[in-house]
Amino acid sequence: MIWTTVSLTLQLATLTTLILLLIGTPLAWWLARAKTWWREVVSAIVALPLVLPPTVLGFYLLIALGPSGPGGVLGSLWGVRSLAFSFEGLVIGSVIYSMPFVVQPLRNAFEAIGDRPLEAAATLRASPIDRFFTVAVPMARPGFVTATILGFAHTMGEFGVVLMIGGNIPGETQVLSIAIYDQVESMNWAMAHLLSAGMLVFSFAVILAMALLERRAKERIR
Amino acid sequence: MLHSFLSLIAHGPSSRKRGAGVCRGVFALTVSLLLTSEPAIGAEARVAVASNFIATAKEIARAFEEQTDHRVVISSGSTGQIFAQITQAAPFEVFLAADAWRPQLTVSEGYGVDGSVFTYATGSLVLWSKEPDLVEGLDTLENGLFQRLAIANPDIAPYGHAAIQVLETAGVLDAVDPRLVRGNNIAQVYQFVVTGNADLGFVAASQIDDSVEGSSWSIPASYHDPIRQDAVLLKRGEANPAARAFWEFLQGPSARQIIVDNGYMVDQD
Repeated sequence: MIWTTVSLTLQLATLTTLILLLIGTPLAWWLARAKTWWREVVSAIVALPLVLPPTVLGFYLLIALGPSGPGGVLGSLWGVRSLAFSFEGLVIGSVIYSMPFVVQPLRNAFEAIGDRPLEAAATLRASPIDRFFTVAVPMARPGFVTATILGFAHTMGEFGVVLMIGGNIPGETQVLSIAIYDQVESMNWAMAHLLSAGMLVFSFAVILAMALLERRAKERIR
Repeated sequence: MLHSFLSLIAHGPSSRKRGAGVCRGVFALTVSLLLTSEPAIGAEARVAVASNFIATAKEIARAFEEQTDHRVVISSGSTGQIFAQITQAAPFEVFLAADAWRPQLTVSEGYGVDGSVFTYATGSLVLWSKEPDLVEGLDTLENGLFQRLAIANPDIAPYGHAAIQVLETAGVLDAVDPRLVRGNNIAQVYQFVVTGNADLGFVAASQIDDSVEGSSWSIPASYHDPIRQDAVLLKRGEANPAARAFWEFLQGPSARQIIVDNGYMVDQD
């Protein structure tokens, strides 16, 4: 039962991080380079999950994933009435919830590059796509490291949103944080201790790894 | 503050200083709030209530405050949470649980007053759907024409435990098990059903009244063990006249009437 939960949590965090890197990279690039005034509006929307209580996200998601929201419409294509209580639903929720933790470091990394290296590449007749992949991405590597680790770790620690839309189904939506909550609630403190200590060690390792990797990446650039 | 938080994320531990500034600000705010809060006047009872009973408890507290000059401060949470808080010296004086086990445990572990445990309400279970014709009775469970059936988590919530017993009695537990979704408590089961995310669910009778649309089946009491919700006077409240008065008021006729009006049963005596 524990391993199902642990592996489900890892799957959710991995998939969420991959999707976020796919969506977040072009989005962060645009936020870093666009000249329009409304990019800060988009930026503020992306940052919202930092400030909103997970209950607000969970509440809206519960309605949006349900039969009267877009989730129900989407779900009806393959005959489910709601995307809540499904792994897919959790992925949607996690992508929104963890988005600022991926987009923000990427944006900062892209902004730090500045115009000059890209202009230099352009004078050497590198196409925009070429410039992006051969100049911007390698130079923004510290940002990618931070974004990946933060996105992954933040999804691992997600609780409120999953609690509200998950339905606590073992092997499908019962992630670690929920399992810990259940163990505490049912006064099974031995298991709660074990799982919590695991999360504690994991979180510490993540933060430490991030600091070390970031330092190494910065040194390599210099 | 948002900006400093963002930069904290973006730059990691390097911008420690700004984070410390925010902490100091919050700390100063907390201190100033503490200093300006009014001292309590008169006797006050601190009551911890299982969340399924919160609305009813507030009504009872209002009646109690009208009839006495005491005041009641209500905190709510799940029974497990409240119990854990009591063992960690939470300042509660009366505990209205959603089960019979935890109040007993407060007494045996030395937090509750011996002999003060009594059943203040017995819960009734209802199978409910927002769709007008979905729920007709036992047939609904036997036919199984639904995708998601919501119950409260049986490991945590007494209403969930009772719901599992109903499914066992009906002989359909194995058949519906893959389609069960578990709410954290009975309030969440209500959310799942009212938003239509689950077709139907086992809710408490106290949660739905005549104005609620849909179809429902009141589960006969013989299908599950009674959902006894017990209360206990905690040792912290033993010497507080307000706490004792509330604990007594809860057993009196006006409180019992409110409890019945809210869809619970009370012991006949």
